[in-house]
Amino acid sequence: MIRFQSVTKRYPDNAEALSSVSFRLGEGAMAFLTGHSGAGKSTLLKLIALIERPTQGEIEIDGLNLAGIRGRHIAHFRRRLGIVFQNHGLLMDRTVFDNVALPLVIAGFRHQDIAKRVHAALDMVGLLRHEKKLPVTLSAGEQQRVGIARAVVNKPTVLLADEPTGNLDPELSREVMHLFEQFNQVGVTILVATHDIDLIRSLDHPALRLDHGKLSLDTELGSAAE
Amino acid sequence: MTPRGARPAPDRQPRSEAVSVQARNHTIGLGNRLSAWLLGHLHTIVFSLGRLARAPLATLMTAGVIAISLALPAGLYVLLDNLRTVSGQWEQAAQVSLFLRQDLRLEQAQAFADEIRSLPEVDAVTLIPADQALEEFRRTSGFGDALNALNENPLPTVLSIQPRVGVGAARIKLLVETLGSRDAVELAQLDMEWLERLFAMMDIVLHAIAIIAVLLGLGVLLAVGNTIRLDIENRRDEIVVSKLIGATNAFIRRPFLYGGIWYGLLGGLVAWIVVSIGMGVIDDPVQQLTHLYQSGYQLRGLGFGGGMSLLLLGGALGWCGAWLAVGRHLRAIEPT
Repeated sequence: MIRFQSVTKRYPDNAEALSSVSFRLGEGAMAFLTGHSGAGKSTLLKLIALIERPTQGEIEIDGLNLAGIRGRHIAHFRRRLGIVFQNHGLLMDRTVFDNVALPLVIAGFRHQDIAKRVHAALDMVGLLRHEKKLPVTLSAGEQQRVGIARAVVNKPTVLLADEPTGNLDPELSREVMHLFEQFNQVGVTILVATHDIDLIRSLDHPALRLDHGKLSLDTELGSAAE
Repeated sequence: MTPRGARPAPDRQPRSEAVSVQARNHTIGLGNRLSAWLLGHLHTIVFSLGRLARAPLATLMTAGVIAISLALPAGLYVLLDNLRTVSGQWEQAAQVSLFLRQDLRLEQAQAFADEIRSLPEVDAVTLIPADQALEEFRRTSGFGDALNALNENPLPTVLSIQPRVGVGAARIKLLVETLGSRDAVELAQLDMEWLERLFAMMDIVLHAIAIIAVLLGLGVLLAVGNTIRLDIENRRDEIVVSKLIGATNAFIRRPFLYGGIWYGLLGGLVAWIVVSIGMGVIDDPVQQLTHLYQSGYQLRGLGFGGGMSLLLLGGALGWCGAWLAVGRHLRAIEPT
């Protein structure tokens, strides 16, 4: 569950990236976050991942008020999230397996459990046979899928994706979105930031549209997010 | 907790495996957690060694700097230690000479010699009567004719005292003082002053080595710190990604700290080898020298204990250096 209550983010140069944004994305819901570049999509995701802090307002994830999460609790909080980066954010000097295993290693899982879960995650994105390869040897679409496998391997309750299809062609983009829908079906709350209007139109999920930091529900794109 | 203004949350059902798995994670026993923690460390230890092995040249260069910094004071210390052992043997060779008063008769001198002989500190006493001393002097000095010109023997009777082996310098000094205050004795002399000067000099050298060792140790800290700093810089992306997927600072710090320990251990090992080779090289000339002094002195190397100390010291310094770098630079890297 993601809840924003009158959240405003102002950067030190006084630019207001988000202006009094309020919305609620229920548990197990999936929504898009759209808007022109610079509209505040990245800022909104950064606030959820505790990379940035709001100037005003309240953010709540899975019933946790983020304002109270500080210091080393930040790291533990982030383990609840799965984050998919636009540039996949893979570590190029480690194999596909090791990349996907990283969240589990960080969380202190046992070796046998790690192997089991990594294989399951790689199987889901259809890359099990590539587990011993280095990311450079994979295509852009495959690299992004490795990134997704890493984001879901720790079974997060909330999955954030920042322009996950930014570097992919339409067909690969649909594949990636289909993966997200699969995770959504098992109950993961998913928020996908994208400016790919065509892709959004082709899928039946609500879209939160940011325009110069202000939020408007795009009613054209399916039912509102709760 | 239902936030104000929010709609009531839908009933929570065991809707996904994610929830149940998380619940299970929290209930794993302490033993399991401990072994997971140990395994995590073990993994990091091997992993950090692997990272060093993948850049062997850079690793050897850093280890080389550490090795030189450790080998120099260690080698000097070993040499000084040998010198101390050798001069310690000389200390036992110290002699006390008692020059007796001219008017003492030979029998009195002999009685006095017997009395000294019975002291616990004394191993042997040799009496050199004035006549005999003169005769000897005449023979060896080449001043025979000049001595003939003298009316009477200018030399006193001398008691040469050999202290017992193992008697310390302080007790010998005390002995000299006691005997020197006796009426029969004109002058008591300890042939050890030059040895004391040598000891004083060695003490200075020891302090100098300590200063050098401290400075070089600081050098090791800086060298390791700088290497780790570069390492952190090179892994900036990795650190950012790791932090974003929930890595604690401790987790990120760990491989760098173990890396520092590895650098230090490797440096210590190379230093051990360097010192051993160095001792091997100077062993021959030392053998020749001791042969000239007709002593069978064997050069003492670092030994196993000394070598292990070098390793431990290297490891500790490497860890400290890494800690310095990590503390400063990791905090500066946050995802943006």
